Amino acid sequence: MQTRQPMPNEYSIDVQNLTKKFGAFTAVNEISFNTKKGEIFGFLGANGAGKSTAMKMLCGLLVPSSGQATVASFDINKESEKVKKRIGYMSQKFSLYQDLTARENIRFFGGIYGLSNKQIKEKTDELMERLHLTDFANTQVGDLPLGWKQKLAFSVAVFHGPEIVFLDEPTGGVDPVTRREFWEMIYATAKLGTTIFVTTHYMDESEYCDRVSIMVDGRIEALGSPKELKAKYHVKSMDELFLQLARPETVKIF
Amino acid sequence: MDRFLAFVRKEIYHILRDWRTLIILLGMPIIQILLFGFAITNEIKHAKIAILDQAKDTHSKALIDKLLATEYFILDEYLSNESEIEPIFKKGNIKEVILFEPGFGQRLEKESIAHMQVIADASDPNTATMLLNYTKAIVTDYQMQQNARKKLPFSIDIHAEMFYNKELKGVYLFVPGLIAIILMLVSAMMTSISITKEKELGTMEVLLATPMQPAVIILAKVIPYLLLSFINAIIILLLGYFVFGVPIHGNLMLLLAEMILFILTVLSLGIFISTVTSSQQVALMASLMGLMLPTILLSGFIFPVENMPWPLQLISNIVPAKWFIIIIKGIMLKGAGIGLVWKETVILMGFLVFFILLSIKKFKPRLT
Repeated sequence: MQTRQPMPNEYSIDVQNLTKKFGAFTAVNEISFNTKKGEIFGFLGANGAGKSTAMKMLCGLLVPSSGQATVASFDINKESEKVKKRIGYMSQKFSLYQDLTARENIRFFGGIYGLSNKQIKEKTDELMERLHLTDFANTQVGDLPLGWKQKLAFSVAVFHGPEIVFLDEPTGGVDPVTRREFWEMIYATAKLGTTIFVTTHYMDESEYCDRVSIMVDGRIEALGSPKELKAKYHVKSMDELFLQLARPETVKIF
Repeated sequence: MDRFLAFVRKEIYHILRDWRTLIILLGMPIIQILLFGFAITNEIKHAKIAILDQAKDTHSKALIDKLLATEYFILDEYLSNESEIEPIFKKGNIKEVILFEPGFGQRLEKESIAHMQVIADASDPNTATMLLNYTKAIVTDYQMQQNARKKLPFSIDIHAEMFYNKELKGVYLFVPGLIAIILMLVSAMMTSISITKEKELGTMEVLLATPMQPAVIILAKVIPYLLLSFINAIIILLLGYFVFGVPIHGNLMLLLAEMILFILTVLSLGIFISTVTSSQQVALMASLMGLMLPTILLSGFIFPVENMPWPLQLISNIVPAKWFIIIIKGIMLKGAGIGLVWKETVILMGFLVFFILLSIKKFKPRLT
């Protein structure tokens, strides 16, 4: 059975020919894609392929050189303030304050997204419970193990109930067990209708995504569900596919 | 507004958690003012002098009493003839020898002119100059007393006038200077470091992805330092007033307002530094070299601007602390009102506006 084609405004992210140039260098070259509500969209690519640049444009941190995009139905060029209210962002660098406790971090980020103290209090207790962090709620984040920090950072990024959450290599340096737990959190969040836009290096993680795009040299070279892509390129794993697409570049560099 | 307060609270946590820095920030003004006030003072007390009084009459005795009554001089010994002068200097503990000519008092009464000689140990030229000035001032004072009584003009031409700081108290000059330096240090250095810290840690990126306006982020980061600087300034004022007796002749409200103006100016400088640097290290160096050194050397805090070669005098004009020191010296020591310091106030405001505009211009590209 053919699924109904969603109307344009039903896309949580809709990107048309988005381009970013830094001087003569084109970091992102006319990329186009869209994501549906509640979808887990994997944004793959080698280092320097332009993933972070594209993501920063969608978060309103960079202004595109050309092209259009809407995030939560708002134009990233003209309505970036409205976009920012509806997204969560977890940066590549660890993005919580190490000298603040878990509770204080949550209170701070909840506060700057305009949540009331009462809301923050209730949600914090519930969250601490869910993360098994209740005993450590008043420990400075710097003293927590990395895996916990990352899970906490994710929870903070989705604390204000954003429509889309952008995760920039969220599981870097985290052990396999914690990565697994992290992905369970992502699934749970997506089920509630939040779109997950995630960049990653780990090809096994890309198998968890509903759809993935693979960026090479600022362009999107492949786009589809992991299953479709593997069939299309006649490969057994995403790892193989990634090497096949990215390798020509690697050869050129050396 | 709630968002803003949430941000300010977070910033206060940062400051309180880093208690080592906080202790330094709050302790520094206390230590500095005690150091400058007591140790590095450039006034001289209890200098040992020798006196060769060849007149031994009422005038010479009265003058000697007057000299020794001050806390500057301590009599080491009376000499009996001129040949003793050089040996006593060579022994090294005498800073100054005062000679009265024979018949000093008689000549003063009859001829209205008398001579005395002051010989100072100029191996330490600063001390020698200062002792000489003290001596001159005391002698002049004596002349004036006598003139008033007898209406006989003396023709000894000694003129040493110490206005506003008659006793040449060093700490009077150090307190205004220190306020400027400490405010510079806390406001500019700490804000530039705290802003670049967020850049370095990557949290600035996350903040910019939130609905908070960049200007509001900066403002919220700066407010706790404004408070901290203000507390520091008050500590210095209180220490100066109660420990060293530095007066506040002018309007206290005006003084506090001018201090806030200077703090804002310096904060804007700190913000500017943070827009052009991206690491804490660079921000620290830029603040120290770019702000502290000119402030210490060119503001008139230690070295009088008037004595500098003209190129440095020109450069000193772009040191905000120079104008601030003029303002607070005026208010504290001379009791000046806004009417006397409005020009300097306007100049400070100009700096403030200039650096804010510059920061906005520099900060924008990084946000877009």
